Amino acid sequence: MSDHPIRVLIAKPGLDGHDRGAKVIARALRDAGMEVVYTGLRQTAEMIVNAAVQEDVDAVGLSVLSGAHMHYFREVSELLRQRGADDVLLFGGGIVPDQDLPALRELGVARVFTPGTSTQDVVAYLRETVPTRRRAESEG
Amino acid sequence: MDERKPAGTGAQDLGAPGPRYERWWRDTYAPLVRDRGEREALFRTLSDIEVAPLYTHEHLSDFDPETQLGYPGEFPYTRGVHASGYRGKLWTMRMFAGFGTPEETNGRFKALLDAGQTGLSTAFDLPTLMGYDSDHPFARGEVGKCGVAVSSLADMEVLFDGIDPETVTTSMTINSPANAIWAMYLAMAQRRGADLRKVGGTTQNDILKEFIAQKEYIFPPAPSVKLVVDTLEWGPKEVPRWNTVSVSGYHIREAGSTAVQELAFTLADGIHYVRKGIERGLDVDTFAPRMSFFFNVHNDFFEEIAKLRAARRIWAREMRDVYGARDPRSLMLRTHAQTAGVSLTAQQPLVNMSRVAIQALAGVLGGTNSLHTDAYDEALSLPTEEAALLALRTQQVVAYETGVTNTVDPLAGSYYLEHLTDEMERQARVYFEQIDAQGGVEAAIESGFFAHEIGDASYQQQRETDAKTRITVGVNAFRTESAQMPVLLVDPQVVDVQLRRIERVRAGRDPAAARDALALLRSAAVDGLNTMPAFMACAHAFCTLGEQMDVLREVYGVYEESVQV
Repeated sequence: MSDHPIRVLIAKPGLDGHDRGAKVIARALRDAGMEVVYTGLRQTAEMIVNAAVQEDVDAVGLSVLSGAHMHYFREVSELLRQRGADDVLLFGGGIVPDQDLPALRELGVARVFTPGTSTQDVVAYLRETVPTRRRAESEG
Repeated sequence: MDERKPAGTGAQDLGAPGPRYERWWRDTYAPLVRDRGEREALFRTLSDIEVAPLYTHEHLSDFDPETQLGYPGEFPYTRGVHASGYRGKLWTMRMFAGFGTPEETNGRFKALLDAGQTGLSTAFDLPTLMGYDSDHPFARGEVGKCGVAVSSLADMEVLFDGIDPETVTTSMTINSPANAIWAMYLAMAQRRGADLRKVGGTTQNDILKEFIAQKEYIFPPAPSVKLVVDTLEWGPKEVPRWNTVSVSGYHIREAGSTAVQELAFTLADGIHYVRKGIERGLDVDTFAPRMSFFFNVHNDFFEEIAKLRAARRIWAREMRDVYGARDPRSLMLRTHAQTAGVSLTAQQPLVNMSRVAIQALAGVLGGTNSLHTDAYDEALSLPTEEAALLALRTQQVVAYETGVTNTVDPLAGSYYLEHLTDEMERQARVYFEQIDAQGGVEAAIESGFFAHEIGDASYQQQRETDAKTRITVGVNAFRTESAQMPVLLVDPQVVDVQLRRIERVRAGRDPAAARDALALLRSAAVDGLNTMPAFMACAHAFCTLGEQMDVLREVYGVYEESVQV
């Protein structure tokens, strides 16, 4: 149960094509032994949540650099809840000012990594958080 | 030789270029390093070019300054395209700006002009960049967020209200929908009574680097390049002061490439447009003088200067010797430069001002013709007005206080710099061969060659940062907590303003004229004619951007890249 590899969906919502961060993170998580699905560009919230459910992932990471983070995190979070998948860890990265972090937490975004984050921090965060959530889920 | 490389010191040996260097290495350098060591086992540039402990005249033994450098304003333009450097005219200080509604951005434009800026540069929002109107479902959440929304001529008229298109040159960062947006700008100028022969500016209009790096493409590569060639053909005849394309390495670098890849891929893109123009039957000297370039200036100071100098030399040689250009203006690589957004950190953001200042100095010493300096808060959000103003002030300090503008190309002849410039040209030419061997730029895009090259480079950079073999101040060393910065908040009313204006445009225009203009665009696209006259008709008829791009989406289809990580 908790011993299979962590499965992560890395997604690029919306119109933005800046995919350097998403690709670097996807590769770093894969190199750390996780199973990573990268959606590619221009995904709607619906496409992302469908993929998350189909792929049965533990976590969804959204990469947003366009300033539209509030919009996309809200949509993905709501859709996850509607699909009964709100046990999936929602996190993200990109150009996100500190001012928006409290509102993102309210939406259920567990963590946002801003420019300069070490990929090792993201790996460590998922390794720490996902097993705990799996345990909580199996006990609940 | 073994005695020149004592074991265990890590002394870097790139081979002796000559006996004098060898003597110094043996007698003075190696013994010192054997005793004291060096900070690194291997010194190299950000692009992984190994750097020797010292450069001497022996490193430039094959170097003929007459052929490699020439003189400023003369072939091969290594020392700059203007004979008088910055003595005659400083570079254009052109700050990229755009957010929210056309009204808000117009206010920022006027503030920048009042602060001494000498040209405008427009950032469009993502729906505009992707050819959607502000009221399209895909635009939801994105209108006005990372640039200004422009859906029709009505928006363009507000955006440039009170700004004279005959005296202020405007650069527009627009690619896939460039023809349509350019036509809206020109229609705006015409309606104000401006003479298009006097209107100057630049459309970025470089679709190849979108496929390679920034990924804001709509149509497949072939029709996308066809649209660019339409502007190469039409522009010089109708708007002779307009730079029809700004061949851009900036985004390639931001996507994670090395400086060498940026140099090589950008020039390969420029050459591809030239080949396509010639294939259409155009005389290279009619369109090449209006092609311009756009490079990144990143952290590695000398490498960046070398890159700009190498770029000018390669372009001049290729254009003269391979493509038969005779007009000197066809040989001159004129370039805009921007400091590296990707080098900015969200941690201790004020430190970014130091990075920007040093990068700006590299751009100037590299001989850029135009410069944007990033604001310190750009790793957090779009720049606040205060941060944008400080960035402009940084350029003014370089221009007016440092004295580097007093003589032309002051670093020429530096053993290290000339070595690096030669090395970058050499490495760029290796890439040219690889690209040509695959069948050219479009084929290399479709095969994923560029994505693969850039992906590997960016991942390596990240691994080095994670391992702290690459230091970023405030990120993986010298960390302190910094206070929260004020950030620019885009007014949420922007969507309403835009929706109301689009409604007014659709209701108020002559529907037959709009329909006819769109039909003209469709037939130009279907018949393979130059699309620019039809785009002008569409602009004047107040067709929206989305309507025009939908026509082309139907005719050309849309492109999707194969996903690879």
